[in-house]
Amino acid sequence: MIKHFINLQWKQFFRSTYWQKSVALNILLIFFGLYMIVSFLSLGVVLYPLLQKLFPDTDPFLKVNSFIFQWILIDLLMRFFFQKLPMMSAKPLLTLPVKRSSIVNFILGKSSLAFLNFLPLFATIPFGVQLIRHGCPTDQVITWVVLMFLLSLVINFLNFIVESLSSETELSFLPIILVTGTLYGLNYFGVVSFSTLISNVVVSIVENPVLLIVPVLLIVALYFINFKALYKKLYIDNSLKTKAEKVKTTNLEWTKRFGDIAPFMQLDLKLIMRNKRPRSSLFILIMGLFYGLFFYMNPGMKQGIVSFSIFVGVFSTGIFLINFGQFIPAWDSGYYKLLMSQNIKYEQYLRSKFSLMIVSVAVMFILGIPYVYFGWKILLAHFAAAVYNIGVNSYIILFAGSFNRKKIDLNQRAAFNYQGTGAVQWLVGIPLLVMPMVIFVVLYKLVNFEVAVAVICLLGVLGIVFHQKLMKFITQKYLDSKYKMISAFDQDN
Amino acid sequence: MITVSNLSKSYSGNTVLKIQSLTIGKGQSFGLVGNNGAGKTTFFSLLLDLIQPTTGYIKSNNIQVDKSEEWKPFTSAFIDESFLIGYLTPEEYFYFIGDLRGQNKADVDKLLAQFEDFFHGEILNQKKYLRDLSKGNQKKVGIVAALIGHPEVIILDEPFANLDPTTQIRLKKIIKELAEKRGVTVLISSHDLLHVTDVCERIVVLNKGEVIKDLETSEATLKELEAHFSGEEFA
Repeated sequence: MIKHFINLQWKQFFRSTYWQKSVALNILLIFFGLYMIVSFLSLGVVLYPLLQKLFPDTDPFLKVNSFIFQWILIDLLMRFFFQKLPMMSAKPLLTLPVKRSSIVNFILGKSSLAFLNFLPLFATIPFGVQLIRHGCPTDQVITWVVLMFLLSLVINFLNFIVESLSSETELSFLPIILVTGTLYGLNYFGVVSFSTLISNVVVSIVENPVLLIVPVLLIVALYFINFKALYKKLYIDNSLKTKAEKVKTTNLEWTKRFGDIAPFMQLDLKLIMRNKRPRSSLFILIMGLFYGLFFYMNPGMKQGIVSFSIFVGVFSTGIFLINFGQFIPAWDSGYYKLLMSQNIKYEQYLRSKFSLMIVSVAVMFILGIPYVYFGWKILLAHFAAAVYNIGVNSYIILFAGSFNRKKIDLNQRAAFNYQGTGAVQWLVGIPLLVMPMVIFVVLYKLVNFEVAVAVICLLGVLGIVFHQKLMKFITQKYLDSKYKMISAFDQDN
Repeated sequence: MITVSNLSKSYSGNTVLKIQSLTIGKGQSFGLVGNNGAGKTTFFSLLLDLIQPTTGYIKSNNIQVDKSEEWKPFTSAFIDESFLIGYLTPEEYFYFIGDLRGQNKADVDKLLAQFEDFFHGEILNQKKYLRDLSKGNQKKVGIVAALIGHPEVIILDEPFANLDPTTQIRLKKIIKELAEKRGVTVLISSHDLLHVTDVCERIVVLNKGEVIKDLETSEATLKELEAHFSGEEFA
């Protein structure tokens, strides 16, 4: 049975247009993975001497253990945002003589083979080797490495429970941030010392390898909870079929002010408000707004604060642009054939999306004006960044959209689909963020701040001046790839 | 109204449609029948410029569909659910299509009023999104949306499938009226021979992408089609 499942998954992966069209992206992901491996390996190698140097009074082994609590929190957060339960289209299998339990076991089993689970081994094994070289008993070190691996698995299964719980609520990522934040705070301010607690547990397990049974039991329990939850979802009337939602109607008459693009504006606004996935890009706005605080409040950043201001500016004013824009026109993939056979002008369709994006940039800039508290240079840089977003990044992202071949299923019929996009989503944003940053920092260091801001602004203004020409060019690009898009959006994967 | 000339469509050397020439007159109700894979949907997709022809062209009202977009104002279609926008209510969908076709709310409401019994009270004012309607009701919405804005050419792929018997009968009446009274060219495809012969003045049979029969509908047509599809003719 498992052989069949693996076969199906293999085919699903390699036969989808997505894979074939975005080899470059996959290579980038592979490089990212290699980079992580190298980072962890070097961490494992330098950790022992480093700790010895920094804390000559403490045993490096104990020091590492005192950080396990923080590691668990960070790992959980990272997984929450980047790791999704492997998907499988289960509906066609339900009527076949396949046991429900084996479908669930397969999905959960597959998740335990995830890259993230094995990543810590690259650090723990070299560290363990050094421990042995410095005279730690070998059996204890082996127990410790095994324990760390088991902890990864615990976090792995814990994460899916958290995800499935939070996927049912609106502000999906708030609870996890609140909970981890509170735990971290309690620990940091010494209210409850989870660090010591977990460190003590680890030490006692290492001294009595029999106690390894505790994490194993924990994994079994978490697996069982996951199993129960997924098993219940495997009935058509549950998650495979969507519940009829209550209709929310909003008065969108004000869009009429935008003239001929009003029908599309209304459609886009409804798209964002009524579908879970685009709606999440609204909540991300909040994140974008406060993102700057992480940088500007950090005392360690005092030196480079001006250099970073342009990055923060582009990110926080452009967060919606990046998040929403990169899936143009895939948001409309479900009814792309309708749009293509209707009496519409492509230019209007694109202009509606464009207007939405620049409105978001303007609003985010205005809301971000209080950043002037950290210096007028910051505000000036944010302004330049907003102009740059409007005049350059918006066109780049629209242009990139003409290469978009991946369908987005707004109806979310697929089982176990938590509608997360994973790491790939953020990779697309990198050039949009890095380019202005490079231009700015080079000019800032070589000439001065004023020139750097002026050039960034100028680039944006140029884009605004040539709006008609650029839109015409982009529209032509979309028209050229019309047939390819139609056929790609027709596919389910 | 519609002229097909030397049209063919191949996918990596495999020809799925090949029509030397075909002319469909204005106001004609035109039926396309054929087994699965005969090329019905391919033909309609070509007609709507959703796929590119390998050779030849289709002209609608003297406009070559893959060269100019001028055919769009007078053409409408419902091919499958991908013509619906799942997160809109039926009303919002009708108004959106109306907006695109230059009809205001009042125009659309007037049209919808004529289809009250076709909707059978299950479409309007239901406070439901299209994605939550049943397949049959979704189809009703798609078909009626294709009638908005006085199109001269209406293309419906498998309009009878998934509909209940009452609605099928009502739909037949609607299609007949469109062609007879308003001079609309209606193109439909169907697997149901009885429905097609009921509705269409002219029936073309496709087999493996080629036209093998072109019939003016008469008393004998149904018998002839049944004989053809049961394979007796070839024996």
